[in-house]
Amino acid sequence: MSAGTPKSLPSSGQKSIQDISHPLSAEDSVLTPSPDIGNTTSSIGEKDLSLPNGTPVDTSSPGSSSSLLNRLQLDDDLDGETRDLFVTVDDPKKHVSTMETYITYRVSTKTTRTEFDLPEYSARRRYQDFDWLRNKLEESQPTHLIPPLPEKFVMKGVVDRFSEEFVETRRKALDKFLKRVADHPVLSFNEHFNVFLSAKDLNAYKRQGLALLTKMGESVKYVTGGYKLRGRPVEFAAMGEYLDVFTQKLGTIDRIAQRIIKEQSEYLVELREYGPVYSGWASSEGELQEPLEGVSGCVANCSSALEELTEDMSEDFLPVLREYVLYIESMKSVLKKRDQVQAEYEAKLEATAFRKEERTAVPTDVEKCQDRVECFNADLKADWDRWQNNKRQDFRQLLTGMADKNTQYYEKCLAAWESIIPLLQEKQDAKTDTN
Amino acid sequence: MEQPSLVVRLRVSKKKLKIGRMADSNSEEIAVIGNTDLTAAELENNKNNTMAEAGTTLLRRMDISVAEAEKRTGKNAVNMQETYTVYLIETRPIDAVTEGQNPAPDSLWRRYSEFELLRNYLLVTYPFIVVPPLPEKRAEFVWHKLSADNMDPDFVERRRTGLENFLLRVASHSVLSNDKMFYHFLTEENGWKEVVFETGFQAKADSRLKALNATFRVKNPDKRFTELKHYSDELQSVTSQLLRVRARVADRLYGVYKVHGNYGRVFSEWSAIEKDMGDGLQSAGHHMDAYAASVDDILEEEEHYADQLKEYLFYAEALRAVCRKHELMQYELETAAQDLTSKKQQREELVTGTVRTFSLKGMTSKLFGQETPEQREVKLQVLEEQITQGEELIKDQNTECNEYVKNAWLDIERFKEQKDRDLKEALISYAVMQISVCKKGIQVWTNAKECFSKM
Repeated sequence: MSAGTPKSLPSSGQKSIQDISHPLSAEDSVLTPSPDIGNTTSSIGEKDLSLPNGTPVDTSSPGSSSSLLNRLQLDDDLDGETRDLFVTVDDPKKHVSTMETYITYRVSTKTTRTEFDLPEYSARRRYQDFDWLRNKLEESQPTHLIPPLPEKFVMKGVVDRFSEEFVETRRKALDKFLKRVADHPVLSFNEHFNVFLSAKDLNAYKRQGLALLTKMGESVKYVTGGYKLRGRPVEFAAMGEYLDVFTQKLGTIDRIAQRIIKEQSEYLVELREYGPVYSGWASSEGELQEPLEGVSGCVANCSSALEELTEDMSEDFLPVLREYVLYIESMKSVLKKRDQVQAEYEAKLEATAFRKEERTAVPTDVEKCQDRVECFNADLKADWDRWQNNKRQDFRQLLTGMADKNTQYYEKCLAAWESIIPLLQEKQDAKTDTN
Repeated sequence: MEQPSLVVRLRVSKKKLKIGRMADSNSEEIAVIGNTDLTAAELENNKNNTMAEAGTTLLRRMDISVAEAEKRTGKNAVNMQETYTVYLIETRPIDAVTEGQNPAPDSLWRRYSEFELLRNYLLVTYPFIVVPPLPEKRAEFVWHKLSADNMDPDFVERRRTGLENFLLRVASHSVLSNDKMFYHFLTEENGWKEVVFETGFQAKADSRLKALNATFRVKNPDKRFTELKHYSDELQSVTSQLLRVRARVADRLYGVYKVHGNYGRVFSEWSAIEKDMGDGLQSAGHHMDAYAASVDDILEEEEHYADQLKEYLFYAEALRAVCRKHELMQYELETAAQDLTSKKQQREELVTGTVRTFSLKGMTSKLFGQETPEQREVKLQVLEEQITQGEELIKDQNTECNEYVKNAWLDIERFKEQKDRDLKEALISYAVMQISVCKKGIQVWTNAKECFSKM
């Protein structure tokens, strides 16, 4: 990774981002525009260089990292044709050793990126490894929103952590986590992520930890040094408020969904008693035997359909909601960090007002702080926008999924009841014919 | 005097009354299908067509309905103020209607206790008939949101239709429809009670009740009746179980639907903080509200199914009573026969002078000396009389029993067919109801999905 001039945009898998030194690093080179940028913008294709909502991308100030990031965001909005990194989590397997029992998942990678030595990888990872990765991402990319992981500990001790349903739910969440990282224009180039996907012996790498300090700002630790924030910019204040209300609503939706599942389960219990009463009755009847058996069978079919619906909602709906709650938690802490960075800058700025320092070409402490603030804000804003977009897609998918499941339940029940109508009526017609 | 007879004229009364098939015991069925897709006009038309084919055994034709219910207050037997409900019975000769006139119906008001009185009279007077039941006195098998209060308007409404159903069933019965008291019940408001009491049925009613509850063993029970009694017990048990579980199912279903209403509120609140997603969320929320609200109608319709089941729960009781009555007759016959046999034996002993059976008399006579020939002669005469009477009695009872069996079995066959028809109808309309519920569910969630996809 050199601090040379940035090459073309990563649309074709080239190294540009990594070649740009991280704004928050101690390096003195500021982003310098590449003469290539102008050319590559047209190489993207006939597509207009504008954001999804139609506003044109600002390429006039090449030094602004936000313009670059905006363009990167553009890439993400194009279809998978321009994606060059595909990650999947599947094939859970149980491992039993003398010390412990645990599950590993197969992490498969396909990529054309030159950051990777091979085009394909397959590695076995366990939850611990994902957890480690996330921590590393948080440490090394503190200005970005890191996607959440499913919860470490099993809820309420009721669920068996080796049960098929639990493992499947977790697998889906881990898959989503990696996909979100892989789709992120900055996080996907993170070295730890690379190692996670490709290393044969991840534990060895983990142990090396400290020895592999990269220029990706790992040295930058944010001390919550108790600086007081003067004025939070409106947009970040709005973000904070939004997250507060949104968390609340998500919590309510979670409670409602749980309540529905509970009511449906109790309804199911009664249905399972209801159906057999009809068959019991059938055994003492003559003409009515078949119709009653028919109804009994129908109720049984509806019961099964209901059971499926409840299971699906438990496995697919609730975990996603909970994930978002975790996501928001980590987002709030990033917002707090941003506040801290701004506060530090403001404090230092105030302090220098009393001192007379020569302005040199070398950035002073204050200017470094200012840079930090601006970069943090830019990163955060870009991430926020993409988060909003993803959130919208995720919830659209989640809720349409819920609607689908419910529709399917009713369709199954409808089919069951419609199928016995001819059975019930046939004897009727036969009778009136013979009269 | 011409026996007035009344025929079934089914009316679709105010609140979606769906009566199962009703028929005269030997004539064609009146094709009433409890099908929600048929309009009221089509239903009427079906009935009109089949009415023309009904048997010619019925002389007078009359439209009967229980049109309204009203609250009244008055003083009761112990001079206490009470509130009760009265029901308006309307009757009108069919001829007048078909001739194009539309005269006002005759009407009178009756309360539930009068219906009970009528039914008790019928039970006693026609013990071999499976007498149609009344709607329940108190609301039972209630799922919790439904009121168990007798004054509740929904309960009153369901009772109104139940009472009408009762009248129509009686009026369409080949035997019961000819009853004078029944006719008076429909046509004479005042004095009807007195006339009924004058028949002296009350005394019979009391002894009937006693007999129904008594325990006795029949030596040679009639297999058919024994089987039928077992069946009636089965039917009672299974319908009450079904009603109980159904009420619980209804309760739970209510809960599931209503909780969805909460989505409506939270989606609305959430949409307030969203820019693009807001509209989709908001409209989806409205669909969730509609979904939650729809359960009230669903469960109200299901109450009708419950009412149909209840009718047969009570019918099972009536069926059992017919069996028990036969048992009682059988028992009395056996007792009388036994009595006769022992009297004949006593006579034989007196005549031949031999004491074959051990008796206290025999012992005392041995101890205290034989009777005089005159005493014996008197005894013999008394015995002869008793034996003759006994033989007459047994002959009558036998005839009565055979008549009873014949008539009862006729009505039982009629009842069986009616039951099979009615319950099949009930199951069909239940299935139709469920289909409608499913279709509504699909609609709501499809609409919601559309809103979500626009988020």
